[in-house]
Amino acid sequence: MSNYIKLAALGLLVLFSALAANFARDLAYQVHAVLILVISGGLFLWVLRNTDEDPPEPAIETAYMDGVVRYGVIATAVWGVVGFLVGTFIAFQLAFPGLNFDWSEGYTNFGRLRPLHTSAVIFAFGGNALIATSFYVVQRTSAARLWGGNAAWFVFWGYQLFIVLAATGYLLGATQSKEYAEPEWYIDLWLTVVWLVYLAVFLGTIIRRREPHIYVANWFYLAFIVTVAMLHVVNNLSIPVSIWGSKSVQVFSGVQDAMVQWWYGHNAVGFLLTAGFLGMMYYFIPKQAERPVFSYKLSIIHFWALIFLYIWAGPHHLHYTALPDWASTLGMVFSIVLWMPSWGGMINGLMTLSGAWDKLRTDPVIRMMVISVGFYGMSTFEGPMMSIRAVNSLSHYTDWTIGHVHSGALGWNGMITFGALYYLVPKLWNRERLYSLSLVNWHFWLATIGIVLYAASMWVTGIMEGLMWREVDANGFLVNSFADTVAAKLPMYVVRGLGGVLFLAGALIMCFNLWMTVKRSPAAEAPAAAAHATPAE
Amino acid sequence: MENYSFLRELADSWGLLVLFTFFVGMVLWVLRPGSRAAHRDCAAIPLRHDDRPAAAEDKEART
Repeated sequence: MSNYIKLAALGLLVLFSALAANFARDLAYQVHAVLILVISGGLFLWVLRNTDEDPPEPAIETAYMDGVVRYGVIATAVWGVVGFLVGTFIAFQLAFPGLNFDWSEGYTNFGRLRPLHTSAVIFAFGGNALIATSFYVVQRTSAARLWGGNAAWFVFWGYQLFIVLAATGYLLGATQSKEYAEPEWYIDLWLTVVWLVYLAVFLGTIIRRREPHIYVANWFYLAFIVTVAMLHVVNNLSIPVSIWGSKSVQVFSGVQDAMVQWWYGHNAVGFLLTAGFLGMMYYFIPKQAERPVFSYKLSIIHFWALIFLYIWAGPHHLHYTALPDWASTLGMVFSIVLWMPSWGGMINGLMTLSGAWDKLRTDPVIRMMVISVGFYGMSTFEGPMMSIRAVNSLSHYTDWTIGHVHSGALGWNGMITFGALYYLVPKLWNRERLYSLSLVNWHFWLATIGIVLYAASMWVTGIMEGLMWREVDANGFLVNSFADTVAAKLPMYVVRGLGGVLFLAGALIMCFNLWMTVKRSPAAEAPAAAAHATPAE
Repeated sequence: MENYSFLRELADSWGLLVLFTFFVGMVLWVLRPGSRAAHRDCAAIPLRHDDRPAAAEDKEART
């Protein structure tokens, strides 16, 4: 019966998207309508083909649902390489403007590719990593199979569709011009649906857990899912100009819009790139080190302190603007107080290795995780410092900000994700070990040197241009024109691009290593039987 | 403006008090005497159930 309802719904969707493709007012909307037309048409045929057939065998409820995690791992690696590649390319576009080719003007110039890069690394790479690891972790720490059956698959494929719609939309010019929230109204609505299903799957699994306690990693994941839902909906409140076009108009305006945008923007950092990834840290570091987290008490205090403070830090993006002083002071104060939970969490992660420090020498995967926590500590030191109004007056609008973001994103988010992928692939494909530890070593050093080149060149160029912008002569006239600062930045831009090349090369080595792990590594010996024979701990 | 004034007053009086009390209460609860064993048990959760969910007949998942 449910298949008939599905067929009717898909049929209506096909009809609507055909109308939309016909009436489309802009190219992005038209391409998306055709894309939806093809996907819903294909799904219609697929459902039709399976209607009135024998129902498939029900899934075994006594096993974890790992298929969707395997797909998530692949998606993470692939989108990661895409995002790093686009990032490296636009870094060279800044150094050599000739790379904004005439023949592709309007599609692949910096302005179009930059949101593609940020969304690809934050939402496609980071988001897929979070969805995949959260599905893995919540099952293991709840001792229960994922709730909702195929809903997890809907979350995975729905999220990929969101990414494809967003990415093609940017190239074709559909953007609402809000940083990290560029996708237009219908893509936002779709993401909201996918996200609520994600929340339901995650919560459903927690509710039917067999462990009495909800492990701290799940608290972080849950905070990430709930807060991102809230941020996404509020920041994307907009009214479409037409149902047949991608353009929409924001509900908020002026300084309110700016405040909502940075409330969203900073909490995308705080809850997606920090809370969610801390969930990864609290599971994968103890697993890789084979010992429990250093202090569980500290982890609970870490959680509550982090989520209580982060939500207020957004106004530090709006120093010296139309925003009232009290609001930006509030943001600055909360940012500085954030030092404490951030470093508490960092210490908790690092000290998990106490008594097992020798593993740093022998296990490059744990080295990757430890350096990611190190970068977390470094960028959560740098961030509060940059939020101080006096420092911000020098750093804001300069490349220092870009360097800060990348030491956090490449160092913390990237490295912890790589570590998690190295942990997950042998587990998920039932392999005894990784294909090559020395390739992990290569990846580790290429990525680390890449980040160091990136961050160091951005510090130099950022502080240099900040100082050049404010330099005045004896008569009070500005000394440098804007173009002077651009010319002075060239060497640092080239170094930054090279850093990106190294980081990308490391990621490619990782993909090769993971691929060979699945293809070549010996299968793990009957893990289930071994686990059964393990005596009670 | 009325909404703004009301919310502003709520935020720096009762709202602040509720959040602050919750936070302090949480810290005291975490540091309560005798919680060490419970927390040690919680911290070991990732080290259990690596390969399969807890069996349905287990009342609590302790292997």
